[in-house]
Amino acid sequence: MDDVTEALTASVAAACARYADPDANWNPRLWDALEEMGVTLLPVPEERGGAGGDLPAAVEALRVLGRHAAAVPVAETALLAGWLLAGCGADVPSGPLTAALADGPPDVLRRVPWAGHAAGLVILTPDEMLYAPRDAYDVEDGANLAGEPRDTVRLRDPGALRRHPAPAGAQEFRERGALARAALMAGAMERALELSVRYAREREQFGRPLAAFQAVQDHLAEMAGETLLATVAVQAAARRPAGLPVAAAKASAGAAAGTVARLAHQVHGALGCTDEHPLRHVTTRLWAWRDEFGGEAEWAESAADHALAAGGPGLWPLLTRDA
Amino acid sequence: MTAPSLAAAVPPPGLDGLRREVREFLAAEIGAGRIVPRSDNWLAGWDADFSRRLGERGWIGMAFPPEYGGSGAGFLARFAVTEELLAAGAPVAAHWIADRQSGPALLRYGTEEQRRAYLPGIARGEISFAIGMSEPDSGSDLASVRTRAVRAPGGWRVTGTKVWTSGAHLAQAMIALVRTGPPEPARHAGLSQLIVDLAAPGVEIRPIRLLTGEHHFNEVVLTDVFVPDDRVLGTLGDGWRQVTGELAFERSGPERILSTFPLLTAAVDRLAARGCPDRARLGAVVARLWALRRMSLAVAARLAEGAQPATEAALVKDLGTRFEGALIDTVRMLVRVEPDLLSSDPLARLLAESVLHAPGFTLRGGTNEILRGVVAKALTRES
Repeated sequence: MDDVTEALTASVAAACARYADPDANWNPRLWDALEEMGVTLLPVPEERGGAGGDLPAAVEALRVLGRHAAAVPVAETALLAGWLLAGCGADVPSGPLTAALADGPPDVLRRVPWAGHAAGLVILTPDEMLYAPRDAYDVEDGANLAGEPRDTVRLRDPGALRRHPAPAGAQEFRERGALARAALMAGAMERALELSVRYAREREQFGRPLAAFQAVQDHLAEMAGETLLATVAVQAAARRPAGLPVAAAKASAGAAAGTVARLAHQVHGALGCTDEHPLRHVTTRLWAWRDEFGGEAEWAESAADHALAAGGPGLWPLLTRDA
Repeated sequence: MTAPSLAAAVPPPGLDGLRREVREFLAAEIGAGRIVPRSDNWLAGWDADFSRRLGERGWIGMAFPPEYGGSGAGFLARFAVTEELLAAGAPVAAHWIADRQSGPALLRYGTEEQRRAYLPGIARGEISFAIGMSEPDSGSDLASVRTRAVRAPGGWRVTGTKVWTSGAHLAQAMIALVRTGPPEPARHAGLSQLIVDLAAPGVEIRPIRLLTGEHHFNEVVLTDVFVPDDRVLGTLGDGWRQVTGELAFERSGPERILSTFPLLTAAVDRLAARGCPDRARLGAVVARLWALRRMSLAVAARLAEGAQPATEAALVKDLGTRFEGALIDTVRMLVRVEPDLLSSDPLARLLAESVLHAPGFTLRGGTNEILRGVVAKALTRES
């Protein structure tokens, strides 16, 4: 990580700690602080109102937000809505934004992240990009497993929305969304591991801390391995955010998320399953995020398609491209 | 908590060209029938002629400086070349240990005379080394070694037994971990590394055959073997620190991920031609391999900077070696073929080699149980 990114992630972490509100499903004070820092439009070009950062830096910021289970749509604003608007040459409005894919002319959109709290919604159809400010749609509240808003959106008058030619395709949209979720998961796994290690050191049974039991050590090591694997995969994919790298990062992070959440709960015992324990903030997110923007099956199939297209002799060159 | 941490590495420029060169060379070698791709061929494939051909091209000892016969291309260039060799299933056992472990140890701890005596020959692919660590009663608990060196005029007299010594029947020298002093104040004290000439009087080498009948491992019985003072490696009594310093190199390399990769190549070849019954299952393996390579590469980049990422290296080996085995089961679920060592179908043969060698993947170079203990200890250490 370069110095600038390191300073940025430290500021994001400080803001997350300062404005922590773990039970809220929308944290406007944290949002304001992040917007002030330029994090919410980090990879958007400066001439369009963004901070002109790159995807690797954005991924590092998302890891921190995932670690803190931050209830803010930075992934949606910075990596999707901001990217699409800037791609059309449009200025990017301030405030939280969200984005959704539509197969055809949109009318009802489902499971749109933070649609109710967003200042506006960007819709990508096969050939157009539409921008709907908040007063152009109605929202029916929905939620993912962590309680993060995943709303049903009804456009009041789709024909009246501002339209642009589509600046990108649906696949690219899903790849960016998948990369963002993988980065958030990497951060959430770090937190699950940290909580588990702390608990295993503090909790004593049979006169010894849990961490002294080899079976528990095994769980901790497994969690550490899966977390590190997902982290490195996401970082590497951010540098070449298309094709096999993104498929591999999302499939790996999703698989790792299941393992890490399961073992974190096993280490925590019954206490971790309660409403008052902070573990649930990250494990419920891991269970939700692994299936958003495509689960392991979808991205593994995509990885297989790349491998099958390369064939036997092309497999190794495919795996080693750019590294 | 000391959480393991890595950053995805950006490979230095120029390695793509090097990889292409190695690929062209390997394609020619395979095409001419000079080598046959096999699973786990870094352990099983001893081919001194092939090693010499690699040496001629400057692909052994790449991390050695030119004054010792190396190409000076550096650790990451070596990483790229070894990956290419492993991915192709090339027979690299003859120079593997010398290039990966003994050479770097000589470079780090050896005297000028020792370096000049061994490194150029290693880089030419002419000198092979063996590792004398495990003993009949010392497996995972390495510090309990009992092979003893006692003072003699001009050197040491060594007596004891080393086991699982790959290639000792073909190698010229073995770096042995032996007890040169009492285990005081701690049991890790009093250990030293000696360079044992395997042709010396008193050295007896007996095969320990693998369950396939193959001969790679040996029992090396040392009876009053004379080792001159100038064949002590590094500092007397510092053997434990020297040996554990090698471990990050030994544990994080591509051979902990790619031992069964030739089987995957053959399987993808078949599936691309005839259709894949379960793309999610195949893709899970491809995705994991892609990620594991990046993890191994990230450790390599840290090692190249001179850091000692021991915990991260242990994690690469734990995840990588389990992956090598899991790959076999995925292939078995996707391709209906009976494993057959004698088959003319490369897929059936590679499957057989992979299945029969798999038990060793998670044992050699530190069992996964020991590795996870190392990781857990780092995680739960007071900091």
